[in-house]
Amino acid sequence: MNKILIIAEHNGIEINSSTSKCVSCAANIPDSQIDIAVFAKNGDELANQASKICNTNKVILIDNDHNENALAAVIAPQIKAIANDYTHIFGPSTTFGKDIMPRVAALIDVNQISDIMEVLDSHKFKRPTYAGNAILTVEADIAETVVATIRTASFSAATVDGNAVIENEALEIEIPSHTQYISLHSGKSDRPDLQTAKKVVSGGRALASEENFKIIYDLADTLDAGAGASRAAVDAGYVPNEMQVGQTGKIIAPDLYLAIGISGAIQHLTGIKDAGTIVAINKDEDAPIFEVADIGLVGDLFKVIPELQSELKK
Amino acid sequence: MRKIIVGLKRVIDYNVRVRVRSDGSGVEKEGVKMSINPFDEIALEEALRIKEQGNADEVIVLSIGSIESQQQLRTGLAMGADRAILVNSENASDPLSISKVFQKIIDQENPILVLLGKQAIDNDNNQTGQMLAALLNWPQATFASEVKINNDSATVTREIDSGLETISIALPAIITADLRLNEPRYVKLPDIMKAKKKPLDVINFDDLSITIKNTIKTVNTEPPEQRQKGIMVEDVSALVNELKNKGLV
Repeated sequence: MNKILIIAEHNGIEINSSTSKCVSCAANIPDSQIDIAVFAKNGDELANQASKICNTNKVILIDNDHNENALAAVIAPQIKAIANDYTHIFGPSTTFGKDIMPRVAALIDVNQISDIMEVLDSHKFKRPTYAGNAILTVEADIAETVVATIRTASFSAATVDGNAVIENEALEIEIPSHTQYISLHSGKSDRPDLQTAKKVVSGGRALASEENFKIIYDLADTLDAGAGASRAAVDAGYVPNEMQVGQTGKIIAPDLYLAIGISGAIQHLTGIKDAGTIVAINKDEDAPIFEVADIGLVGDLFKVIPELQSELKK
Repeated sequence: MRKIIVGLKRVIDYNVRVRVRSDGSGVEKEGVKMSINPFDEIALEEALRIKEQGNADEVIVLSIGSIESQQQLRTGLAMGADRAILVNSENASDPLSISKVFQKIIDQENPILVLLGKQAIDNDNNQTGQMLAALLNWPQATFASEVKINNDSATVTREIDSGLETISIALPAIITADLRLNEPRYVKLPDIMKAKKKPLDVINFDDLSITIKNTIKTVNTEPPEQRQKGIMVEDVSALVNELKNKGLV
């Protein structure tokens, strides 16, 4: 039997849907039993949420003061302490998982598989390299624990009608104190989260200013969509970094993606290629974004977007 | 002496359109322009700035790979690194083995800080910094967008999915550079001449007595599935019609 441990991502209040996508990935592994580990402080409600994720056998709650913030140096040794029971340990390929999982892998002296996009067998997977331009098939040693991050855009969230048991586990290991959390600054937004939104509207350098980005936000609100941006728009200071979509930003897979004033550098396209329908609006008809768009419209965004707004509101 | 070690990986240049070999054995590297991994270049720039601010005394660039990696190390020296080390290895390329090589060199050099790129743009693994931190039981600050070095600690701002997180780490530590940490300097011709005289030591991987434990094998490489080419519409109402037909608005 393949015993799989998923490391839950959360913000102290809610389990991130990346966790459920890891469960979906794990459920593709034949003959598997899936447990979820929640590392938290006062994590009863989080464990409760995790227990509802379909296909989950058991939730292990490791509740202590050290786990108030997700610090890799603190959590990795705790994961190692419960790793022995498992054939596979998965975390999401978000900044949370990317930070922690390689540290876990090194502690148990194995390599890690990054960004699993497809499960071929219990120890055989596909993953992207070269910004998605070369897809590798990799095979992990069957005698070793498989430590991996899961490319969340490649899997849909599992349903939440499960009812797994919750077990509390107290670990008696030494926790390092060399890393201290200070603060988190996030651009407050009531819009849907980029990584889970069904629709996303993104703006690029052509928006030309922070003020002009208002038309992107307005359109996003009309569509009940998340708002994103290209790297160029982030680098130019029009929007905060957490809005960046692409290879070095967020990899997303909404049903509808609107790329507005985005030329479509390969690094951006890497972040959206799993989107259901891609719409591109750009005044340059040769922009590479039109190569991947399902629907393209050549035009000046400052004319097209207000028109689109009023059409959608009809 | 306060030393900083910076990892430089030789990779296919950022601007090259990568082609997958038709026999599935990998990507075409013959006659392709090679460069320093861009994130490593950012890491080196940060190390140089830390030294220029008086918070370090020496910057050492380290590469692990083929003998040709000397080119990238020379570029690093031209940017301003003081000396270079190449661990010559054709076989050790997995992040765990690479981390073990770093660990050996760190044991010899005792740096206060190791700066790496957050990932290499070839294998896109994003692992080496974290693995090295685990092996050493040092703090790690990945995805760094701002670094402040104090006497025996560093304050690092990290670009994470939910925003900008700030943590404090005790030195020695591992920091991995994200895109917006800085803009690397350009190398000037006189610096390239000067770099030729700087020390570059070559060590054989086999002399480090590290056992390669590559637990993951690549069995095939293929190009990605291409999206079908879509349609162009003339105006906004045609666009809205298409979206309505697909049930998206």
